[in-house]
Amino acid sequence: MALKHQPLTVKLAVIALAMFGFGFALVPLYDVFCDLTGLNGKTATTAATADAAQIDISREVVIEFIARPNKQMPWIFEPEVRRMTVHPGEIHIMNYLAENPTGRFIVGQAVPSVSPGQAALYFHKIECFCFTQQKLDAGKNMLMPLQFYVDPALPSQFSTITLSYTLYDVTNGWTESTAESTQLGE
Amino acid sequence: MSAAVTDHEHDHEHHDHKPSGIKRWLYTTNHKDIGTMYLVFALIMFFIGGAMAMVIRAELFQPGMQFVEPNFFNQMTTVHGLIMVFGAVMPAFTGLANWMIPMMIGAPDMALPRMNNWSFWILPFAFLILLISLFMPGGGPAFGWTFYAPLSTTYSGDSTALFVFSVHIMGISSIMGAINVIVTIFNLRAPGMTWMKMPLFVWTWLITAFLLIMVMPVLAGAVTMVLTDKYFGTSFFDAAGGGDPVLFQHIFWFFGHPEVYIMILPAFGIVSSIVPTFARKPLFGYASMVYATSSIAILSFLVWAHHMFTTGMPVAGALFFMYCTMLIAVPTGVKVFNWVATMWRGAMTFEVPMMFALAFIVLFTIGGFSGLMLAITPADFQYHDTYFVVAHFHYVLVTGAVFSIIAAAYYWLPKWTGFMYDEKLGQWHFWCSLISVNLLFFPMHFVGLAGMPRRIPDYALQFADFNAFISIGGFLFGASQLLFVWLVVKCARGGEKATAQVWEGAEGLEWEVPSPAPYHTFETPPHVK
Repeated sequence: MALKHQPLTVKLAVIALAMFGFGFALVPLYDVFCDLTGLNGKTATTAATADAAQIDISREVVIEFIARPNKQMPWIFEPEVRRMTVHPGEIHIMNYLAENPTGRFIVGQAVPSVSPGQAALYFHKIECFCFTQQKLDAGKNMLMPLQFYVDPALPSQFSTITLSYTLYDVTNGWTESTAESTQLGE
Repeated sequence: MSAAVTDHEHDHEHHDHKPSGIKRWLYTTNHKDIGTMYLVFALIMFFIGGAMAMVIRAELFQPGMQFVEPNFFNQMTTVHGLIMVFGAVMPAFTGLANWMIPMMIGAPDMALPRMNNWSFWILPFAFLILLISLFMPGGGPAFGWTFYAPLSTTYSGDSTALFVFSVHIMGISSIMGAINVIVTIFNLRAPGMTWMKMPLFVWTWLITAFLLIMVMPVLAGAVTMVLTDKYFGTSFFDAAGGGDPVLFQHIFWFFGHPEVYIMILPAFGIVSSIVPTFARKPLFGYASMVYATSSIAILSFLVWAHHMFTTGMPVAGALFFMYCTMLIAVPTGVKVFNWVATMWRGAMTFEVPMMFALAFIVLFTIGGFSGLMLAITPADFQYHDTYFVVAHFHYVLVTGAVFSIIAAAYYWLPKWTGFMYDEKLGQWHFWCSLISVNLLFFPMHFVGLAGMPRRIPDYALQFADFNAFISIGGFLFGASQLLFVWLVVKCARGGEKATAQVWEGAEGLEWEVPSPAPYHTFETPPHVK
């Protein structure tokens, strides 16, 4: 009796297992989809080249800067200015102030998000402190630079772009080996 | 096929005498026993989940904090949702499937009886784990039945692990039940029972079973990711590690939207069985019912993001999900039209199953209309996470799914017990339920539109009158269901003898076996003309 039902039962069980796998496959699929469309406001994690061919002086875009440390992150983290008006294609440098008011060494990682999400594809960062982990000894502070330009191809419906950074404490994942290689890099 | 069915006969002859006492129920592989256990289990869970709803309504009876802490209130909304979805509605439908599908297609039992026993018996343990978690230090899950990240990953208590394991067990149980239904329908139909002769309850359950094996594993994946994010340092939903909390909502609702059709398609099948019986006419548009059910199932995979309009979405995406969602109204409209057309010029009588089926048609349609309102993206920004949503999904789940299950219980109770239920008391149960359920859920539309948020233990003063009204409706609806328990117990104990056909207009194989249905039916397959 069981033999008669075995082929179909096995097929259905395989479908169920495949769908379990599909649930996990949604994770990379989502990332790829968002990279292509810029849907979730994630900006590129690597540097853009500064080939801003022409500057569109006829147009102005307001960039708003938001910076906030995550709940578990004790650093003080603020943008130097809250908002800035730029022409598409112009390269600008913007500094963020970071201060470690605690008595211990802390490593931070900033995660950017652009709103509206679709504008993320047109916000290019030539240099950003968010590309690497940042570290501060007890009581020290520093300025963290961001060099960016807005793509002249930015669709006309966008007049304001909000760039938000959330700073996370990643000291736990920080090991001596990564510390050394970073110091060598400096 | 007939040779295989003959094998079954031999099998059954060996264990026809069932063990007595608890062992009968622990070891049983009989589809009727397992169906009964599923139904009793669902009824118990319905009352446990209902008791939690009573706590919620007691707290919301007046503004301000009365009886419970906010954290406990959140646990009540969370566990009420989980129990009603996974413990009451889904097991009730599985119980009905176990009882009725083999009898409707002329099969001697489910195709995989041992797995059937297993898929039931792991279920009490799943809910034991979930309920025990409420007594942990810090309390049980309090993040809503949708367990959005980072609520369930970063901000949840230690009961999250228990929640995850219990959902895993529920999922395994549902998947095994679904596989069993599909194999039974594919392999054990009686000779002559062609696809397009199958009763609609069988059709809707077949499609539901496919939805279950497609999406329950995705839910298992989602809870697994929550588990590893919380305890093992992964970052599926944590932006610090490169994850994205919105991804959680995509995965959850990829499961969650087909899930709501899992809870309503069998209801469509039940109503499509009951309405023709009491209208004494064959179902209008049988084939279109089958196609409508299939298209609802397919569309259910294309609309999940309508739960997420407020997360921010490009216009093209919002339009896609909005139009796909509205498209579901077309096959659903076909169904409602067919039910009404079945009744048209029928010789109708209004016994309790028919009353609940009629209430289903009207009230489910109201729930469908508020669903259409929620589908409109710009309007959804106002309705999102308000009591309007609560009103919507209780109309489709309580007056939809639960009413259909109650209708099914009345409809088939004489077949199960061999006795007629008390018609007069049943009518009382119906009218009390109908009036109180509308007192309970209808005003929720108004407070929702006025901006009362869901899942909050307190509210602004202007909602006080409506909430007192809603709470009274809730207590009455809860009390009315005690009548149902009394009716079922009374019917199981005795009463007027039921005939084999039970209802004058009933047609189908299940009405050809005696009432109560013998322990083994269709050991020699009937021939369907």
